[in-house]
Amino acid sequence: MATREVISTGNELSAMAAVDAGCMFFGGYPLTPSSEVMHEISDLLPKVGGVAIQMEDEIGGICAVIGAAMTGVRALTATSGPGMSLKAENLGLAQMAEVPLVCVNVMRGGPSTGLPTRVSQGDILQSKNPSHGDYKSITLCAGSLAECYTETVRAFNLADRFMQPVIVLLDETIGHMHGKADLPTAEDVKAGIVPRKRFDGAPEDYFPYECEPDQPAVLNPMFEGYRYHFTGLHHDRKGFPTEEIETCRKLIQRLEDKVELHKDELESYEEFMMDDAEIMIIAYGSVSLAAKESIRHLRKEGIKAGLFRPITIWPSPAEKIKEHTDKIEKVLVVELNIGQYHSEIQRAAARLDIEGLFKVNGRPISPYEIVNKVKEL
Amino acid sequence: MAFNYDKYLRLEKMPTLWCWGCGDGVILKAFVRAVEKMGIPQDDICVVSGIGCSGRFSSYVDFNTVHTTHGRTVAYATGIKLACPTKHVICVAGDGDALAIGGNHTIHGCRRNIDITMIIINNFIYGLTNSQTSPTTPKGMWTVSQKSGNIDPTFDTCDLAIAAGASFVARESMLDPKKLEKIFIKAMEHKGFACLDILSNCHINLGRKNKMVSAMDNLKWIESITAPKKKYDAMTPEEQLNILPTGILKQDTEADEYCDMYAEVIKFHQGKRKAITQDDFAKKI
Repeated sequence: MATREVISTGNELSAMAAVDAGCMFFGGYPLTPSSEVMHEISDLLPKVGGVAIQMEDEIGGICAVIGAAMTGVRALTATSGPGMSLKAENLGLAQMAEVPLVCVNVMRGGPSTGLPTRVSQGDILQSKNPSHGDYKSITLCAGSLAECYTETVRAFNLADRFMQPVIVLLDETIGHMHGKADLPTAEDVKAGIVPRKRFDGAPEDYFPYECEPDQPAVLNPMFEGYRYHFTGLHHDRKGFPTEEIETCRKLIQRLEDKVELHKDELESYEEFMMDDAEIMIIAYGSVSLAAKESIRHLRKEGIKAGLFRPITIWPSPAEKIKEHTDKIEKVLVVELNIGQYHSEIQRAAARLDIEGLFKVNGRPISPYEIVNKVKEL
Repeated sequence: MAFNYDKYLRLEKMPTLWCWGCGDGVILKAFVRAVEKMGIPQDDICVVSGIGCSGRFSSYVDFNTVHTTHGRTVAYATGIKLACPTKHVICVAGDGDALAIGGNHTIHGCRRNIDITMIIINNFIYGLTNSQTSPTTPKGMWTVSQKSGNIDPTFDTCDLAIAAGASFVARESMLDPKKLEKIFIKAMEHKGFACLDILSNCHINLGRKNKMVSAMDNLKWIESITAPKKKYDAMTPEEQLNILPTGILKQDTEADEYCDMYAEVIKFHQGKRKAITQDDFAKKI
């Protein structure tokens, strides 16, 4: 596949990816360190006849995006932790009504206003369940500049496949990193677009939420003759509110199963020098870059370390993690929070002796800190 | 011949969950008649409602319908309208929905002057959740959250919409369904944000504890606090104090509509015009 070399930042590459993937609507609100996504896409979208609007608040941003997505277009919002907290309720509506959209979260220090201009990975657990209730989130995490592009593209295709929001996690370091990225061509990205399913039969035969128990709703674009109902309430096959016991149970079980039973379509991870590894480091996002550097140092000293980097964070690649942790005794999770993914690794590995190196002061982790920690194991 | 509503109603959803004597049904029927008179195809209309009794409006009418989260109708509608500028987008919200939890979106919808018709069904109370104070509950009235009498000052919905920049602002009550129908037509024909304060009764959750136990008592009270704009304008300030004017209170056909303006943004980015500057606007600040 042909590639092209682009010099840009993570945030801008994410905006560029959205437009190449066919996104025609952006709604958002300024929020450090994610604002450059909005700055870039507000130039790119009108060029292709799309719309980018700065709404009155974060909630307005996600609501406008859901509204646009209901009409059938691909739509994006971008924010950081405080904005994710504000968007949470309506992300829940998008889960419930099965409206596909992509939400980029460029993570900064939290909780609350936290450290607005500094790096963190503190939104890992939030991205698993941003809203109340039961549903299964899909969360991808970019570990390089190129992945800010490729994972945003993948997010749009997954959103339309699974008919739900897909969260793309960047962190401040990756989002503001400036450099060269080898990207697929826009033509290849366009050729790879898998559009939403649609129903082409007679309107009276159309039941958007009547589907197999492991499949998403089939939502035709609005204004095309298939009139139905969107709601955040429990709903029947046509989308109308119901409290019928079996319908309610089946709906929520389906929201879980449509993702859980098709995890293989979502799984994505990188293994770096894992073939002969005696020590496994698990890291994601910008931290994985430091982890790779630390492994090169460790290898020079004869210490056989390797990296496992989840790219699809939720659902986690639990089986693959267990495969490694069953064989490798020394496992170290490195992340910019107090063990949010560490707890998931413990669960996947069914082991309580997973080591952790955590940092929560808004500064990146250096390769030397990881080297020193590995030597202590 | 009596008007046949069947075409526009989702008959399988009847009866509605609204209480006997509720004004919401009168408003719904007037809206449907307005759509029929305008001849807009059902497929070209999207009705976006919020949470509360008015929130169920969308599930009863056979258009493209969206039942959103509490207070967010205008934000959802903004996305729908910008994505499909040629379609008709109607918001239906209650006084709590539009003016309390959704106040921010309401004022910014007005400010942008995006071509959306917003029907605020104002019954002066949170009806569905059993009588809590809303931003339009008159001072001194009993509510379940202020049993000693409401001390919170009220919003005048129309004053708010005018100040925020809506280009069409009107008030009517469900007392006169013919007028309602006419105002809905005028609002939908208007290009720009049309904000309608539609007064309605809630004798169950407002009236019950405020000496308006029947729908008729509640309606008589609405009649006593309203006057047509012409009559209102002739009143002394003292007389105007406790009266809400009805009819069209503002109509500005010259104001820039947001989707039209965004089309100019697209032209700029596609190299078809120069950048938008202050010279493009009569009112710059």
